[in-house]
Amino acid sequence: MAKKKFVVGCFDDEAVLFPAVKKVRTAGYKIHDVYTPFAVHGLDHAMGLRETSLHTAGFIYGITGTATALSSISWIFTKDWPLNIGGKPHFALPAWIPIMFELTVLFAAVGMVLTFCYLCQLAPFVKKHHFHARATDDLFVMVIECTDKTNTDDLQAFLASNGALETKVEVAEDGWWLGRYDKDEMPFEEKQIVAA
Amino acid sequence: MHLKYESQLREPLVYGDKTYKQVTEDIVRPIEAKPTKLWYVGFYIAVALLMFGVYSVYREVTYGIGQWNLNKTVGWGWDITNFVWWVGIGHAGTLISAILLLFRQGWRTGVNRAAEAMTIFAVMCAGQFPIFHMGRVWMAFFVLPYPNSRGPLWVNFNSPLLWDVFAISTYFTVSLLFWYSGLIPDFATVRDRAFTKLRKRLYGIASFGWTGSTKHWQRHESLSLVLAGLSTPLVLSVHTIVSFDFATSVIPGWHTTIFPPYFVAGAIFSGFAMVQTLMIIVRKVFAMEDYVTIGHIEAMNKVIVLTGSIVGIAYLTELFMGWYSQNKYEGYTFWYSRAYLFSPYGWSYWGMMACNVLSPQIFWFRKMRRNIFVTFFMSIIVNIGMWFERFVIIVTSLYRDYLPSSWSVYYSPTIWEIGFYAGTFGLFFTCFFLFAKYFPVIAIAEIKYVLKTTGEGYKNQMTKIEDQKLEDFVHEHAHH
Repeated sequence: MAKKKFVVGCFDDEAVLFPAVKKVRTAGYKIHDVYTPFAVHGLDHAMGLRETSLHTAGFIYGITGTATALSSISWIFTKDWPLNIGGKPHFALPAWIPIMFELTVLFAAVGMVLTFCYLCQLAPFVKKHHFHARATDDLFVMVIECTDKTNTDDLQAFLASNGALETKVEVAEDGWWLGRYDKDEMPFEEKQIVAA
Repeated sequence: MHLKYESQLREPLVYGDKTYKQVTEDIVRPIEAKPTKLWYVGFYIAVALLMFGVYSVYREVTYGIGQWNLNKTVGWGWDITNFVWWVGIGHAGTLISAILLLFRQGWRTGVNRAAEAMTIFAVMCAGQFPIFHMGRVWMAFFVLPYPNSRGPLWVNFNSPLLWDVFAISTYFTVSLLFWYSGLIPDFATVRDRAFTKLRKRLYGIASFGWTGSTKHWQRHESLSLVLAGLSTPLVLSVHTIVSFDFATSVIPGWHTTIFPPYFVAGAIFSGFAMVQTLMIIVRKVFAMEDYVTIGHIEAMNKVIVLTGSIVGIAYLTELFMGWYSQNKYEGYTFWYSRAYLFSPYGWSYWGMMACNVLSPQIFWFRKMRRNIFVTFFMSIIVNIGMWFERFVIIVTSLYRDYLPSSWSVYYSPTIWEIGFYAGTFGLFFTCFFLFAKYFPVIAIAEIKYVLKTTGEGYKNQMTKIEDQKLEDFVHEHAHH
């Protein structure tokens, strides 16, 4: 969580955005992120992001659910309280398949959604810096992180020459904080300085 | 550069020459505008029905199940009929959002949000019936397996009724998560263009601080795909398990192996009919004819005629097996209690046949599939028919048992049974009216994703690609 300096370029067409991403990367700039109004397929590859492992996590949660159901039911029905149900076997595996399946799905789904929220740092009352309000509407917003050596004027001109409609320099908090969207509060870093 | 090509032979999914901005405007408009008079009228009628339902349930809880006309053999009447009916309705939402996603059906984007909302509200309504049927509803938590001070006395994991507890609660949870995870980006869209403080604040909370980051989208896509993959067998399992409530018993007319596929097909059939009812109203009231097009309605009518015919084959198979098994109880149930028009409940069987099997056949004709009035009328007919189906299955099998001494008098509901059912309509429509006003009723981000391939305004550009020489096309696109 720190304040950083960014150069922002806004595009209105994904067909222009893709070559721009490529050129910015070959020029050696570090793309902080590209904010898009919808999932632009292939953009993650163009930016060089690695594949997500969320589905692997989902698989692990799923088998945890299966194991939970099987172990609990078999312990309950064979050890803890073996009920005589019409003389049928206590270990009645076929009859447990529905509940084992349901718990597999339940654990996988709940686990994956929580993991998704954790990885993306999404939760109610969480607030983040938004580089452009239209990033959730119709603009593709490329944000490049500046280093000490970055010449922001050159970079802005470079973005504009690659089709950015609007460019700007912004100093922003790159983490999240608890806040309200109807108020422009300063992120927590500022408050700590005041307290000190 | 970015390859987006779809044949011009396919109908556009979004009419008009839309830009991304226009899509946002069109879908968010009802949220930002004041509700119309019609909305208030509908909403208050729904709330009134809900109140009547609450009073009916209050009487049932206070005085007991005797408030209903259930008797010694018809122990399941309107309540379980309504339960199965509502659960079935929910299935179409999951079918649209999950199964059609896996099948890469582009047209689902126009209707999936509202259909998923319908699923959630329908399952909420469905859950009321078995819970209040318990009689002592304050003991309802006894169905949950937890280490208790009563032994511990566990639930019966071998019972289909307990499987139902797990199936319905899992189904509700997973549907809710799937729906809400899809809503997060759209709430962010509403938040970022909100001009009132309250709206900024509330949609700010609801959107979880969504920014639209590419990495987040990548995870979001992965999440949606896996949730769709999980929901697909889940939705099939739910109605399969509901059918097990019947099929694992030894009651004539219930004890059949055909029940799971037959129930699932029936569920999708009735669910699509309810989606049609709702979407035809929504597209008209909110002027969203460009997004929920006549093509969408036709596609859903195709599903209706398919599943309706599957259900019809199931009915005929049951009749055949009632005779072929040479079991006199089965034969009596199918050929007297049900199929004989002048038996006490014969009217309900033939009502079901007329509504579910005969009338949907008009959808073999393209003209009928693309006619709004016919579709709306048929959607109501199908839902009446599917209600009759559950009523037929439950009541005609129960009112005449093996022994004539345990045959019951004619079962008909009391006003409080009807009130309970009416109350769930109130609950459903109260929720749906609030959803339609405060939620984006069409998935904004998903429409934007398909816009440049299937939008009418972009379709014309496909000619350019089609006229291109192959070498030029490869040259332009191969490096991507």
